[in-house]
Amino acid sequence: MSTEYLTPSLNMSAAVSASKEHDRLQPKHDAVRAVDNAKLRLRDLAFYYGKFKALHDINLDIPEGRVTAFIGPSGCGKSTLLRTFNRIYDLYPGQRAEGELLLDGENVISKGVDVNLLRKKVGMVFQKPTPFPMSIYDNVAFGVRLYENLSRSELDDRVHWALERAALWKEVKDKLKQSGTALSGGQQQRLCIARGIAVHPKILLLDEPTSALDPISTLKIEELIHELKDEFTIAIVTHNMQQAARVSDYTAFMYMGKLVEFDHTDLIFTNPGKRETEDYITGRFG
Amino acid sequence: MTRYQRRKLVNAINMTASLVVTLIGLGFLAWILGILVMKGGQHVNWSVFTEITPGPGTSGGLINAIIGSLLLTLFGVLIGTPVGVMAGTYLSEFGRHSRLSSAIRFINDVLLSAPSIVIGVFVYVILVEPMGHFSGWAGAVALAIIVIPVVVRTTETMLTLVPVQMREAAAALGAPRHVVITKVVYKAAMSGMVTGVILATARIAGETAPLLFTALNNQFWTTNMNEPMANLPVVIFQYSMSPYDDWINLAWAGALLITLSVLILNISARLLLRGSRH
Repeated sequence: MSTEYLTPSLNMSAAVSASKEHDRLQPKHDAVRAVDNAKLRLRDLAFYYGKFKALHDINLDIPEGRVTAFIGPSGCGKSTLLRTFNRIYDLYPGQRAEGELLLDGENVISKGVDVNLLRKKVGMVFQKPTPFPMSIYDNVAFGVRLYENLSRSELDDRVHWALERAALWKEVKDKLKQSGTALSGGQQQRLCIARGIAVHPKILLLDEPTSALDPISTLKIEELIHELKDEFTIAIVTHNMQQAARVSDYTAFMYMGKLVEFDHTDLIFTNPGKRETEDYITGRFG
Repeated sequence: MTRYQRRKLVNAINMTASLVVTLIGLGFLAWILGILVMKGGQHVNWSVFTEITPGPGTSGGLINAIIGSLLLTLFGVLIGTPVGVMAGTYLSEFGRHSRLSSAIRFINDVLLSAPSIVIGVFVYVILVEPMGHFSGWAGAVALAIIVIPVVVRTTETMLTLVPVQMREAAAALGAPRHVVITKVVYKAAMSGMVTGVILATARIAGETAPLLFTALNNQFWTTNMNEPMANLPVVIFQYSMSPYDDWINLAWAGALLITLSVLILNISARLLLRGSRH
């Protein structure tokens, strides 16, 4: 891996430069913030696509009931990191994670973990809206039916609740039997969020959820994230820094498979501790 | 002549040539249909659907052959479809890039283009000879062997077209793999898969060679699949070569019926595919 971003600036004294250099080579020491209410703890988490090491020793605590944003240039590993949280990478042979990923204290990347039960606890919404080719009602009920044996009226209530929470109920309440694929892009994405929260997950992962949407739909999703964070721990990957600043409480900046900096969002955007973070958020690269 | 004029001329020549060739193709199709309707249409009457195939020199109908063809085709599709769908599912969902899959695809392509008479002889050797007599089941198995490669191919193609994000989204809700495939992927690919089965049905509806060696024919009424069974293609084959006018007329009527049913199957497959496009 190249380490060009570690190049110290020229006007620094050699000593300062060396110590800074040291800090930057060891991002984990100051990147881990002691978060009391961590929902998800990452310890020396590494990820491989075959032989290629895409994530290097990530150490991070994701606080409960907060929104944590992952930013960084394309290919920095932010989506890869998010995809380890629910082990969706398991679908592909050759992809594997190492280290510890502790959800409520249990290492979920160890062998014996039931990935389907893990994914019930850790929901995910993807970049492109992915409604299933079935009715709006069945889309929302899909995950619920997998794990719970509800009566008709209980299921109706759950679907209503999820659509209400996803700010979609008013628009679809008269056409629950219509196909989910007939909705607009923004509505489809909110349907996917409703489908995700209907199973009562603890964590909701959003992988660039608005990058395929128009500005109005984006605004609605961002408002929705604000609404949902009381109930769910949210991790969002975004290539849009303004969005990270608007919706998140904590922000992690990643670069070349490493976690460069993790802090309160207002600190990251006003007073970043690292040169690379500053360069990225001021638009000097990426 | 400027380059532009030259280009227009070349365009005109090619357009005309394409049009003529298309008309020749369509012309033969219209000719076949025309002859069938002219020669067969006048002999399609009530007795064709109510009476069984006649003895030499007497009049009768085709009802035993029509029912026989329906039974043979139905069981051929019922046996062939599950095998084809499961193999296609393996190729698309489990072993997309495996060595075994490449081998299966190659063998499937060979089977797809195998002459149907070879399949007839094969089933004759493995079923008819050991059983000691021709039977409807042997015919259905021969037709199933023709159905399988068609369904394998269409199933694999249609499943591969389902975006990978759809599978990820279903898995991300905690759905185990078999649920992802049966509840989501199949649903997304359903119209295409059904179309494949309809096209396979159309393909076997007119097959003669494999039935000559397996179901053969039966001039009496039967729905017993353990007996030799009458069917339209073999009746057409035998009656059209006979010296009796009644038989030759019935052969024309049967040919028209088969062609129309294949045409209807093809059109419904088209409509189904079109209806699924969003």
